Amino acid sequence: MKLLTLNFLTCARKTCKATAASFPLHCREVELEQVEMDPNPLFIKNMLPRLDWKAMKGLTQELGLPQLPNEAPSEEELQGADGEPTQVLNDLHTLLMETSVVSGKLVCGNCEYEYPVKDGIASFLLPSHMV
Amino acid sequence: MSTSAAAAPTYENQHVHAVYNQIAAHFSSTRHKPWPIIENFLRTLPAGAIGLDVGCGNGKYLSVNRDIFIVASDRSRNLLEIAGKEESHRPHAVVEADVLELPHPRGTFDFAICIAVVHHLSTAERRVEAVRGILETLRPEGRALVYVWALEQGGSRRGWTADDEQDVMVPWVMRGSKKAASADADGPANGGQDRVFHRYYHLYREGELNQDVTAAGGVVLDSGYEKDNWWVVAGRQLT
Repeated sequence: MKLLTLNFLTCARKTCKATAASFPLHCREVELEQVEMDPNPLFIKNMLPRLDWKAMKGLTQELGLPQLPNEAPSEEELQGADGEPTQVLNDLHTLLMETSVVSGKLVCGNCEYEYPVKDGIASFLLPSHMV
Repeated sequence: MSTSAAAAPTYENQHVHAVYNQIAAHFSSTRHKPWPIIENFLRTLPAGAIGLDVGCGNGKYLSVNRDIFIVASDRSRNLLEIAGKEESHRPHAVVEADVLELPHPRGTFDFAICIAVVHHLSTAERRVEAVRGILETLRPEGRALVYVWALEQGGSRRGWTADDEQDVMVPWVMRGSKKAASADADGPANGGQDRVFHRYYHLYREGELNQDVTAAGGVVLDSGYEKDNWWVVAGRQLT
């Protein structure tokens, strides 16, 4: 599961969704891998304003990955004068699209429930007593 | 055959989720071609759009547009594993989740598709709740495309008409054959015998899906009938 996904996941419990603590989920005992993929500069450029940068930055800290700057890069930083993608864009591609969670736990900051990730697929099925 | 609210989750576990897990490989082998209205809906989204495929099955819509990002979910782990392995699905992501307990922040997504899913819920309240949950994930201007099986399908081999029962068990047949008898356990046959699995469906009457959208607090922006299915494009507001 690519790291970008974590920007669009929260606790499955209805009572948690309304709380700020439930987003983003926290990574625990996570194993990462790189899954190679062709960069898509147009996608990165258009998607970036939709990204919760602060959540992404927090995630990289939790995972011990290289620090992100405090602010998201501007559009000019993503594309060189020659129209070619910059290193900034390629680094974002590597982080968001290629870096993937293979296994571990995603933990809700509100209820502490741990959602398991196995073989790259996170499971959000709740036991019946929690639904 | 409609179930009580308390019994519904167990009933659906047995008559929907367990069946799809058992037939996953065979079911997936019959599901390749995207339906045109759904393909067009996904293709015409702007690059960078972010959305959901709720009940993605084998992920056949994950190869339509690589300039968008789809978080696809399903109840069937076996179907998800098929969806996750396909290389053309790589720009997207798959997670295991229930349509009634979606693990997504509210008010966030540009679009959602939910194809052939809501008709597997066994009470009217749960079907409306599913639509409500999907609409809640959308940004104010977001759009959801929902497909359900129609009761009115006199032209299909099933031949149901508006006079028929709406809550039905629909067989899924894995044909046995001498050749396939030696195939592995996931294959279409088991000792050369036909194997029949029954899935629960609520077949939608004309207008019923639109009513569910309204009951869920949504707005119908477009709707129609295509190949034995009713479909609707719904939003949270008119514009």
